[in-house]
Amino acid sequence: MFFQLFWTYLKIGTFTLGGGYAMLPLIQREVVDRKGWIDEEEFLNMIALAQAAPGLIAVNSAIFIGWRVGGWRGVAGAVFGAVLPSFLIILAIAMVFAQWKELPVVEAVFKGIRPAVVALIAAPLVKMARAAKISWSTLIIPIVAALLIWLGHVNPIWVILATIIITLFVVDIAERRRR
Amino acid sequence: MIYLQLFLSFFKIGLFGFGGGLAILSLIEMEVESNGWMTQQEFVDIVAVSQVTPGPIGINCATYVGYTIAGFWGSVLSTCAIVLPSLVIMLSICKAYFWLMKRFHGNPYFEQTLRMLRFTVIGLVASAALILIKPTTFIDTTSWIIFVLVAFFTVLPNIIKNKVTDFLSHPILLIILSGIAGYFIYR
Repeated sequence: MFFQLFWTYLKIGTFTLGGGYAMLPLIQREVVDRKGWIDEEEFLNMIALAQAAPGLIAVNSAIFIGWRVGGWRGVAGAVFGAVLPSFLIILAIAMVFAQWKELPVVEAVFKGIRPAVVALIAAPLVKMARAAKISWSTLIIPIVAALLIWLGHVNPIWVILATIIITLFVVDIAERRRR
Repeated sequence: MIYLQLFLSFFKIGLFGFGGGLAILSLIEMEVESNGWMTQQEFVDIVAVSQVTPGPIGINCATYVGYTIAGFWGSVLSTCAIVLPSLVIMLSICKAYFWLMKRFHGNPYFEQTLRMLRFTVIGLVASAALILIKPTTFIDTTSWIIFVLVAFFTVLPNIIKNKVTDFLSHPILLIILSGIAGYFIYR
């Protein structure tokens, strides 16, 4: 089971570009459609849990599926398979790039790429806002969060913790009143 | 000592990083900045490479930052450290899966917290982008033109959905095109 999961995740990790979300459809095809390790409903639950838990979605999904399919060995295989290609590819690039960095050509190329990277981080915001079903009144939450981090230099960790604590507090008041 | 610092930083990032890779970038950014590990420019370049290489962006970024700061063992350490909290938390979730599904499905505390976190995560991603808008990354008007064009093509499939707009919105294609543009403009 270790090798099966390792191999499956290694394939997915090597051939998906665009991060964790891009991996999900491939994981579904491989794990649900082809191998039949878990069913459609459990897969959807898995996505919900992998997103709710902290950490990387790709890694969280590997842990879940590894555990459901092959216990401890499954987890080890899936996580190792999901992380290893990334790790090796980046390591190779980092080693080479450290020597190329000073070349004027490389610097010119990266001058073009840097603003594109910022755009690529910012652009999915539209989609995320839609998926989260944000309204005009709830729009204040991401705005305050972004301003606190950007201009207030508040560590994002505190913003996350504050969100959790304030929400629990407000829901608690509402629940008490309802009873 | 740098190893311990690196481990603690990425462990924290793994522990509090809600919302996946893009949201985690803002956490990595903050750790890198507050520890004075590298310049913002170096960080943007790492994010660029993380986006065009296969695999989860968070792992790519952790490996690269770790390597830049402390070499091979730095990259091993930071990658392990970002995965470790997931391992503990996700395994506990798996063990209690059926119980959790019954207990927390429809629980207002749980569901509302998740809903609010989704909003906060949008702010986190926005801040990751905002922090990077600096004279070091946006050197002239051309930078802004590239920014606007890339943003436009990325959002386009949300407005007009067809094969052409889908193709043009691909992040890797856009990064390669921007690199080519940079080569001809800044050479």
